[in-house]
Amino acid sequence: MQDDIKQHGVEDIEIQLLLEALYQRYHYDFRHYARASIKRRLIQARGQLGFASFSAMQEGLLHDPSTLPRLLNYLTVQVSEMFRDPDYFRALREKVIPHLRTYPSLKIWVAGCSNGEELYSLAILFREEGLEQRTIFYATDINPDALRAAEAGVYPLDQIRKFTESHQRSGARSSLSDYYTADYGRAVFDKSLRSRVVFSDHSLVTDAAFGEMHLISCRNVLIYFDRDLQDRALGLFRDSLARKGFLGLGSKESLRFSQHAPSFSDFVREEKIYQRQDS
Amino acid sequence: MTDQPIKAIAIGASAGAVQALLKILPALPEGYPLPVLIVVHVPPDRRNALVSLFQTKCVLPVKEAEDKERIIGGTIYFAPSDYHLLVEADGSFALSLDEAVNHSRPAIDVLLETAADAYGPALVGIVLTGANHDGAVGLRAVADGGGMAIVEDPTVAQVPTMPAAALAACPSARPMTLDDIIFTLSKMATT
Repeated sequence: MQDDIKQHGVEDIEIQLLLEALYQRYHYDFRHYARASIKRRLIQARGQLGFASFSAMQEGLLHDPSTLPRLLNYLTVQVSEMFRDPDYFRALREKVIPHLRTYPSLKIWVAGCSNGEELYSLAILFREEGLEQRTIFYATDINPDALRAAEAGVYPLDQIRKFTESHQRSGARSSLSDYYTADYGRAVFDKSLRSRVVFSDHSLVTDAAFGEMHLISCRNVLIYFDRDLQDRALGLFRDSLARKGFLGLGSKESLRFSQHAPSFSDFVREEKIYQRQDS
Repeated sequence: MTDQPIKAIAIGASAGAVQALLKILPALPEGYPLPVLIVVHVPPDRRNALVSLFQTKCVLPVKEAEDKERIIGGTIYFAPSDYHLLVEADGSFALSLDEAVNHSRPAIDVLLETAADAYGPALVGIVLTGANHDGAVGLRAVADGGGMAIVEDPTVAQVPTMPAAALAACPSARPMTLDDIIFTLSKMATT
């Protein structure tokens, strides 16, 4: 039993070293990600990529660059849904859009866009509300495979029923089927939805603020960060928002523990939509 | 079990959970020193009604666990629906939207494994009634970490599948009736 306990301690050291190697060799910085999640994902990666230990994985990572993309897919890729939490999208539609309508041009940032489900949800919502043509969407992620998937906009057909239900519950003004074509078990979303989208590699951990955004939507990304890193990301959002710009977080995320809380006010409290204040 | 004082109790329950927990949780007295971390399988698209139900029945404060919240003794925490609940080494919670484990999110395995990692021998892990195998791997992790592993006695549990699976995966776990579990937990308050 004591050996097991020691073994745990050794694994934690190995994980620390592996994350350090990942950062120093490739500049991907997971050192301040919430450790319990990262550890579970690394254990999964170790098994499925066939490494005997995290030390062996570290060696593979340092000497064989083909290890990197395979590992990144375990560390970053997020299963998501279109119009996840329909009430959030309904609140954007009913409470935030009326403010956005008053601007002649709009910049929207989907931070940590993963495979693009949230991006397409917003693009559809903005088209339905007649704002798409004056909007530029920035969709960013650190994982190049995820960005490629987001740019492709192809999702398994068996998810579409759920997406459609959620879309309807968000106050839809159209049918989701207007936006995709079914093809061999896949739903291929209309490329015109991407005509106003800029896809870009950007890290909330190491990169700087960009643009004067009117809305930043970053849902269920911050839960994977530790408190220090959450604070950094929220500071980045504060610096990237136009005056009175909006920030939307995931339903279990909040500004409560952040030093940046005074820079924001609750806009739709129950949907975690905040507004940038001058302070 | 070692002489190390217990610092936390982690419980997983599925089918029959509410009835079992209605016996255990209201029996924990005022001033009970340990935090109780609970995963119950609930449907993802429904607002989690467990907190409000148990708030009216328990002496101890009952709340939904929040991301990055520091875990406080004498508090009963439920995992939010549709999120995994994890314990960090510094004694705070983390939530995740990682894939379902054993077709469940929240998954009992995720709570028990991370709690075992964080608390080691200072953890009591309990698997109650349920109709699936979630919690078996997690309970084994609790025992492997030196913690105390308990299952609701499958011969009396409302739905025996889950505690039986946990017992099979973790033969050192002690099968107990709900009354025995209450007695064991209350003893821990005095050590």
